[in-house]
Amino acid sequence: MTASATDSATQRLQVTAQDHQIARLAAIAIALAVLESGIPSPIPGVKPGLANIVTLLALARLGWAAAAWVSVLRILGASIVLGGIFSPGFALSLAGGACSLLVLAAAQYLPRRWFGLVSLSLLSAIAHTAGQLLLARLWLIPHNGIVYLIPILLGMGLVFGLVNGMVAEQLLRRWPAQADLQERDA
Amino acid sequence: MGTELWRCLRVGDWCLLALSVLLWAVLTHWSWQQPGATRVRIYQDGQLYAELDLLAQRTLAVPGPLGATVVEVRQGKARIAQDPSPRQYCVKAGWLQQAGQAAICLPNRTSIELTGQQARPYDSLSY
Repeated sequence: MTASATDSATQRLQVTAQDHQIARLAAIAIALAVLESGIPSPIPGVKPGLANIVTLLALARLGWAAAAWVSVLRILGASIVLGGIFSPGFALSLAGGACSLLVLAAAQYLPRRWFGLVSLSLLSAIAHTAGQLLLARLWLIPHNGIVYLIPILLGMGLVFGLVNGMVAEQLLRRWPAQADLQERDA
Repeated sequence: MGTELWRCLRVGDWCLLALSVLLWAVLTHWSWQQPGATRVRIYQDGQLYAELDLLAQRTLAVPGPLGATVVEVRQGKARIAQDPSPRQYCVKAGWLQQAGQAAICLPNRTSIELTGQQARPYDSLSY
């Protein structure tokens, strides 16, 4: 295997066990996002964000970089599957996802003894809502009327953030850390 | 099962949850607060009849086709105190104090509308 461009030999990508795990988690996240899009929502834009459970698990087990990969792959993958890639909705997703990843980058250093995945989920939900509202205010709806949406969007975000965090915490307990080792051997 | 589920929250989780709810309450209070009104516009037959400052205390009788509609302004609020209209809708509207609020006495062709510091988001309203 050589990196030379003149050489016609095919380059082989080194795929690590972690790459497999990221791909697997991203696939689950995309499936959750697609499933969730079938749930009718009383208010446009309010979604449970079940895919964030997967992001949280990736963060807890594989670290922030893996969580970022899972999150970005999910946003791209879900918008390709559902249609509407590069649409305003996609931009909002990306803004929310980027904000919540930034907050998680700092929040992952919270002492685990006192702060579980519920804390990370709540912080991520607040950041997600803030990022989306900020982009919407700056670009899509350049009018202050958007502040009337803050209570509804943030309220729903907190409720779903709490539920998702509790689900993620429960899943983390049922998914022992040895599982990754077994998969690496397989 | 229910209590077991809640037990997975740690001390910090509870604190953060309480802080989040507090943040939500503060933001809700802040964002649903209407901008205060500063002036009242009185319309008669579609024409601007008078524009008063809400801080000035005064009572104004506006003549209309049925008689006089009495507009009262006091302590940053305004109301229709008296009106000859049969159903008294505009009188029942009571005191108005937020920008954008209006009381309309249709039979007497008179209406009041409160305005604030910010420009109105629309050009005009037709009744």
